[in-house]
Amino acid sequence: MKAQNFHDILHKRKDEVLESWVKQQIPIVGKRGVTPDELRRQCAEFLDLLESVMARGASFELDDPKSAPIVEFLKAVSRERVLKGFTPTETATFVFSLKSVVLPLLQPLAKSEESFTSEVMPFSILLDQLGLLTFDSYLDTREEVITRQNLDMAELSTPVVKIWDGILALPLIGTLDSKRTMTVMEKLLQKIVETTASVAILDITGVPTVDTLVANHIMKTVAATRLLGAEVIITGVSPAIAQTIVHLGVDLSGIQTRATMAEGLKLALRMTKQQLTDEQRRDGVQPLEKGAQTANAQKGRS
Amino acid sequence: MEKIPIIKVGDTLLVSIQSDLQDQVATTMQSDLLRKIEQTAARGVIIDISVVDIVDSFLGRVLADTASMARLMNAVVVVVGIQPSVAITLIELGLELKQIPTALNVESGLHLLREKIEQQQNGAGSNGFGPEEERARNGHG
Repeated sequence: MKAQNFHDILHKRKDEVLESWVKQQIPIVGKRGVTPDELRRQCAEFLDLLESVMARGASFELDDPKSAPIVEFLKAVSRERVLKGFTPTETATFVFSLKSVVLPLLQPLAKSEESFTSEVMPFSILLDQLGLLTFDSYLDTREEVITRQNLDMAELSTPVVKIWDGILALPLIGTLDSKRTMTVMEKLLQKIVETTASVAILDITGVPTVDTLVANHIMKTVAATRLLGAEVIITGVSPAIAQTIVHLGVDLSGIQTRATMAEGLKLALRMTKQQLTDEQRRDGVQPLEKGAQTANAQKGRS
Repeated sequence: MEKIPIIKVGDTLLVSIQSDLQDQVATTMQSDLLRKIEQTAARGVIIDISVVDIVDSFLGRVLADTASMARLMNAVVVVVGIQPSVAITLIELGLELKQIPTALNVESGLHLLREKIEQQQNGAGSNGFGPEEERARNGHG
């Protein structure tokens, strides 16, 4: 067995190794909110797992099912460290710092320089493999976090709210790209079908810049909404945005635009009120609730 | 061959498309509808495509053409029940169907139709206002 000395050290002087290993890591992990006790527990578990790997004696393979416990353990540690805000280096230090603890212990046991090398090589390779594994799982976890955040952001940034009978509001925050426009469009159209709304207010106060592409996306949303028989009012057109739109030569003349959401709501109420009165005249009934709402709306306007 | 039923309700014709349309069926529907408008002197037509999952460029054009043809015969065509996914596809294809009035369902379609016909009777429809201007005027209230 090649790494016999290393295995012996792990077996007989585990406490000593553990002690100096933990001591070495405390300055790094301390500032990330890992307590010394927790660190000690992790280190001890890792040493136990490492010892059982060494005890098997065979060469170590990451995808060997027998290596699963130590691989799983390292993945869990990396994941935990990602979530605590560790840098990749700090995460990988967990494994690599073991080298500087064990190597000085191995040296006195070696009979010659050559035997030292042959002793150290397998150990070193094993730790490198495990260290790289922490890198990989660090990245995987990071990737997961980013994907989830993207999803969350897409969800959060496109709320469609019903603000009045037959009126939907859609406050857009952030840059509009094709993908987001798609999400916005789908959600808006879905909501129109659900609520049978006839007016949608698209508020672009939170859209930092409007270029030709964004304008094009807005036009598409408006056109799709019209296909469902609803009208779109665009609000939150600030002076800067109005200037940009005209300078760019974007034609929004077919679309109702207003400077503020409040103005847009007034217009929307007027648009739906027209429908309400028509409906009342046709049906020959006075829907109490709707009539009252219209009256309120009128009061609000004057 | 499959035929699309055209139902007369008062002075309105109701075309309810109950399956995805083959090109041939669509063109047959078009000529059937025009013949029916001629026979009944209907003033309004509602085409309900709420169960149609696929509207390609051909069907989009057939619908737009039918609306223009019907307008020549003094009938207003309203297309109702366009599904969100269908609407998105149409926009992506560049078919905005601006010349066709649309509504969410048959009920609001009937309301819209009545408005349009009233406008026409008041002379608004014959003085060169396209659907676009009419819509804008509606919006301004």
